Amino acid sequence: MVKLFRLLKPFTAYITAVVVLLFVQVISDLYLPTLMADLVDIGIVNKDINYILKTGGFMLLIAAGGTICAIIAAYLSARTSIGFGKIIREKLFSKVESFSLHEFDKLGTATLITRTTNDVNQIQQVSVLILTMMVTAPLTSIGGVVMALQQDISLSWVLVVVIPVLFTIIGGTLFRALPLFKLMQEKLDKLNLVLRENLTGIRVIRAFNRKEKEKVRFDEANADLMQNAIKINLIMAALMPAMMLIMNLTTVALVWFGAIRIDSGAMQIGSLLAFIQYATQILFSLLMLVMLFIVIPRAQVSAVRINEVLETNLDIKDPVKPVTVTDGKGLVEFKDVSFRYPGADQPAINNLNFVAKPGEVTAIIGGTGSGKSTLINLISRFYDTEKGSILIDGINVKDMSQKGLRAKIGFVPQKTVLFSGTIAENIRYGKQDATLEEIKHAADVAQATEFILSLEEGFNHTIAQGGANISGGQKQRLSIARALVRKPDIYIFDDSFSALDFKTDAKLRAALRPEIEEATVFLIAQSVPTVREADKIIVLDEGIIAGIGTHAQLLNNCRVYRELVASQLSEEEVG
Amino acid sequence: MSEDRNTNKEKGLPGGKQGGPMGSLGKPVEKAKNFKGTLRRLVQYLKPQRTKFLFVFVTASLSTIFSILGPKIMGKGVTKIGEGLGAKMMAAQAGKAVPSLDFTYISQIVLILIGLYIISAAFSYLQQYIMAGVAQKTVYKMRKEVDEKLSRLPLKFFDARTHGEILSRVTNDIDNISTTLQQSLTQLITSLVTIIGVIVMMLSISPLLTLIVILTLPLYMVVTIKIAKGSQQHFAAQQKSLGELNGLVEEAYAGHKIVKAFGREDETFARFNTINEKLYQAGYKAQFISGIIMPLMRLVSNLGYVIICVIGGVFATRNMISIGDILAFIQYSRQFTQPIVQTANIANIIQSTIASAERVFELLDEVEEVPDAIEAKIVPFPKGHVRFENVDFSYEEEEELLKKINVDVKPGNTIAIVGPTGAGKTTLVNLLMRFYEISNGRILIDGIDIRDIKRGSLRSMFGMVLQDTWLFNGTIFENIAYGREDATEEEVINAAKAAHAHHFIKTLPEGYNTILNEEASNISQGQKQLLTIARAILANPVILILDEATSSVDSRTEAYIQKAMTELMQGRTSFVIAHRLSTIRDAELILVMNQGSIIEMGTHNELLAKKSFYADLYNSQFTGTSIEVV
Repeated sequence: MVKLFRLLKPFTAYITAVVVLLFVQVISDLYLPTLMADLVDIGIVNKDINYILKTGGFMLLIAAGGTICAIIAAYLSARTSIGFGKIIREKLFSKVESFSLHEFDKLGTATLITRTTNDVNQIQQVSVLILTMMVTAPLTSIGGVVMALQQDISLSWVLVVVIPVLFTIIGGTLFRALPLFKLMQEKLDKLNLVLRENLTGIRVIRAFNRKEKEKVRFDEANADLMQNAIKINLIMAALMPAMMLIMNLTTVALVWFGAIRIDSGAMQIGSLLAFIQYATQILFSLLMLVMLFIVIPRAQVSAVRINEVLETNLDIKDPVKPVTVTDGKGLVEFKDVSFRYPGADQPAINNLNFVAKPGEVTAIIGGTGSGKSTLINLISRFYDTEKGSILIDGINVKDMSQKGLRAKIGFVPQKTVLFSGTIAENIRYGKQDATLEEIKHAADVAQATEFILSLEEGFNHTIAQGGANISGGQKQRLSIARALVRKPDIYIFDDSFSALDFKTDAKLRAALRPEIEEATVFLIAQSVPTVREADKIIVLDEGIIAGIGTHAQLLNNCRVYRELVASQLSEEEVG
Repeated sequence: MSEDRNTNKEKGLPGGKQGGPMGSLGKPVEKAKNFKGTLRRLVQYLKPQRTKFLFVFVTASLSTIFSILGPKIMGKGVTKIGEGLGAKMMAAQAGKAVPSLDFTYISQIVLILIGLYIISAAFSYLQQYIMAGVAQKTVYKMRKEVDEKLSRLPLKFFDARTHGEILSRVTNDIDNISTTLQQSLTQLITSLVTIIGVIVMMLSISPLLTLIVILTLPLYMVVTIKIAKGSQQHFAAQQKSLGELNGLVEEAYAGHKIVKAFGREDETFARFNTINEKLYQAGYKAQFISGIIMPLMRLVSNLGYVIICVIGGVFATRNMISIGDILAFIQYSRQFTQPIVQTANIANIIQSTIASAERVFELLDEVEEVPDAIEAKIVPFPKGHVRFENVDFSYEEEEELLKKINVDVKPGNTIAIVGPTGAGKTTLVNLLMRFYEISNGRILIDGIDIRDIKRGSLRSMFGMVLQDTWLFNGTIFENIAYGREDATEEEVINAAKAAHAHHFIKTLPEGYNTILNEEASNISQGQKQLLTIARAILANPVILILDEATSSVDSRTEAYIQKAMTELMQGRTSFVIAHRLSTIRDAELILVMNQGSIIEMGTHNELLAKKSFYADLYNSQFTGTSIEVV
């Protein structure tokens, strides 16, 4: 929390102003009882109606002044706290955008989203509270004490007795209740967990006839939650009545001891009235202050999670002087490349050496977990190699800027991702200044034109978030068009034809051929038929190259490839 | 995912009589569609606790009344002091002996006050003590009902809704109801009693001054209504921007890799900034406007205070009112504002609570699964003979998915279901286990219509190993034992051994006692599949439903899975969502599905001879002859 407050620096002037204004407002509020005391002691006692009216007018002025201060303070604190939220949000988003895949996966998409949205809102709300109530409450109690002392010093011993009692009761209650509040969250989580499991596993639960068992599990969590809540309520039940009692008894005590002082002529009656009002104000603001402290731990949780993101070190950084290549054709070389995921014993990729040339199709095949996708991610530098280097047109990818590197690559991912916006915008994502002609051409090649034109508004058809309103095959074709419009030196197709039906697949491949003739093409696949006519096939097995060559060569000299083929093709088709 | 629970419930200050922050004033309130009906139904829930509620009502009222009496009585004491003071001055002026204050009277007052306040506090404590359980028990019951309801709803219901949507009803909405019952209800009672009591007390002191205080009431209303109106548009704008921002963040994070691959970080950030700026503009305005409610309220309250002081002062000079009464009146008028603001606040809270209750009731009113017939049978020793007779089925009324399906599966046969992704291969599974009801025809198992078999008995004939491997948050042992309730330790371990899972389980530090975390991310996807296979082996079903797809599994585990599955299928009727050529070719029957319906069926050779969809599919997936490789 405190760390986040450093981000408030640009608002220092505002915050100072807010504190000053609120102080003035508090003083004006506190000054009213003093004026009232004068009104009683001078005006009423002397029966001076003029004085009463004059003082009344003055009181109105003070009240109005206080309100003006409060309004200005409200304006400034709104700008500050909401602006604070804005800054945190911005910092978070830009930080997450700069994350490499590794940092991103470490935290996970879901929590990153919550952190950027909910957690920031939480902090924002608390900062609103801090800038209003948490500033006024201590100011009121300090001011109240000062004013009370001015009215009468010796009566103050009542406050000296009461305040520690108040704190002891509040402290004692919170001491018992706070752990339960924390437990409350845990029990709520538990209930949610059981319920969520019941929802995700509904088929399994019903198939295994475990409804009853799940019911019991839910009921346990539910009853547990209820009991904890009741426990808290029972503890808290005593707090408010006790507080009220203390406050009321304080007033009674003040009247009694005030009467004694008035009797001895040491005090005026108006002062007593003012003193009583100050005492109430002081106690109330103390109470308020303590109650507000309950909100802090909740915001603290959010703050910790936000800081965790902000403090994550980036492991992939652009070089200070990035090298740019303009004349390259897209020659990709792997030299002794090894990579392991953080914390893994086994490298995902071990000592890879190969060259992929422009104008050639380099296919990569292997079972799941053999390292195909890792290899691809290394080319785009989504991860950094642990050992060895990857060169593009002779330059180490680490010496290029990430943007410059990725501008050379047209990437079609395994899992299609589209953005909300029109179809044209989605294709243009590949090349910002693409003309309509280029977009249409890319769609043509990707065999997408037909379905696009069948949609309402054609290329201007709006795609919903996540592409929910078009089919998987259609999404995949748009994803291919997006890469094509880029006209990159290097194409990466990561299992990119899986959602296409057979005929579209064939047509697309035929149309694709002239388009990518001069580029370096990587084709990742699980199945042999997809790769068998590639210029070069790299067979990966548990992170190492089990063989490189053409289909025919590999059949001859690569055991792993033969096994793959045998498991996928029938005897007569092998030859 | 562990964080979508963070559905910020703004719990007010616990037990807070002083009312929480004023934030909710001015915010647009969600309204229920049928306010009265929902309210009536909610009241029904409270009925069992009716005596307690009555008691709470009485104690809350008594507590408030006793505390309201305080200032008036104290005023008497102060007046006495004032009188004594006057007497002193008179005496001093007249040069007589200065009389002392009437301490016997004052001490009486003080004792009465102490008594009053203690009684008031006692009642207030009693009220909160009783209330502690009332609300919680009510929502406990409500949650339980919702959970039980969920277990009786057909799968159709769950398909049409996101988990978040359902979760939010059980947690947020019910929580909302709980908070209202717990706090707002008693607050409402005390506020109303306070308002009435204060007015009565003020009237008893000075009707004229009371009139002045009441005249300030319209001012409060004007302030509140004006502000609410002014802020509404900003709150709406804020909500809209927040929605846009959340959408953008979700999309950008979900597509992180693509954003990077296409070098679009700057553009995305620029878009984010635009929305963030809009959110800020709307947000600070909304915050400002709701932030000035408090100062303005205080201004009105101070206005009343000053007027009372002045007029009271003038009256006092004419001996029309005593000093003590002015003090009491000031205290009353200060107590007056709080409950009025609170009542307005609570009115809003109750509105949104009723809207929450309505959503919960909507769920409770959903149509349930057809209950088991009374004479439904239990099949003690099923053989696994499955027969579809003229089965028609559709998810939605309009589009028919399966039409006149006739399939006969002998015990022990293997049926391969093939088709492209999204072809609706799970439809059949859903029908077999009666997760969905067929529209026409019948499905027979061992000659008995499945609708005449108890659901429990029917489903216990099946074992499922699906691609979405559902495991729950518990130990590995418990997860395997899920397959059969009374399984012994030995049986569980044997099942794990048969599923080739024993070895990897033993390598885990805690072995069978390893607790799978929430997303079961502490074991690999393939290991999870092995566990689900073990679970199915333990269940020992006559009919199997298998999904062969093994995504993101390393090759060694994949080999284990394949082996375990093959062994599992021995001697059982198996429906396999097939991906392996060997499985398909060896199947007694292949069902080819596309776009939700069965379009062809037959054996491998029959279907190839037909040269239709299956042949195409087979050629594209399993051979390369007709493909032009790029």
